[in-house]
Amino acid sequence: MAIRVRYFANLRELVGHSEEELSAENIETIADILRIINQKNKLPDTVLQAINMDYADLNSTVKDGDEVAFFPPVTGG
Amino acid sequence: MAIYIRETAFDPWQETLSYQQNQLGKSGKFGATASFIGTMRDFNEGDDIQAMTLEHYPGMTEKQLEKIVTEAEQQWDFIDSLIIHRVGDLFPNDPIVLVVVWSAHRGAAFDACRFIMEALKSKAPFWKKETLPSEVRWVEKNTDGYSN
Repeated sequence: MAIRVRYFANLRELVGHSEEELSAENIETIADILRIINQKNKLPDTVLQAINMDYADLNSTVKDGDEVAFFPPVTGG
Repeated sequence: MAIYIRETAFDPWQETLSYQQNQLGKSGKFGATASFIGTMRDFNEGDDIQAMTLEHYPGMTEKQLEKIVTEAEQQWDFIDSLIIHRVGDLFPNDPIVLVVVWSAHRGAAFDACRFIMEALKSKAPFWKKETLPSEVRWVEKNTDGYSN
């Protein structure tokens, strides 16, 4: 399973890059991905998630080739 | 429905006029136009703000804004809408966002414009980074528009 992971705003600065490819066998949900990321850089509890540019939650399932994004609460307008 | 993300400064009044002339013309169908313009302040949280950088998630931002407008279209009967939002480097007095709704009667224009703006503030992936005299900081969250 290969997932393209993207980071925005302060989370990009926290992890030090805007995107990465994550390959692992035991990924089923967003929570699984977050667990892997948090081993290196603990993302804040306020983090929001998206799968293929739609909002998702921790229990949302991911599939091979998905684009998953992590970002802080939005502050536009 | 028109949604634009702009990397350069825009004039919300000129944009409203030209969209109305080009898209709605002299149709005689709209009796109400409601618009909201968000402008950059030179203060926030009690601090002086000298500049701001706005970041977005290309693709998702447009997708979420389309969903918001579609939701508004299902709730209110309006003729057309226009959203323009800046990204990049902004300075005090620069327009940040424009939302315009045209409808036959004022109720739909007022309500849909408010709905779109509030949903944009809470769902559209944009992030602001402020430049203060002594530091640079990310804005942490938007305030609830119905409580201030």
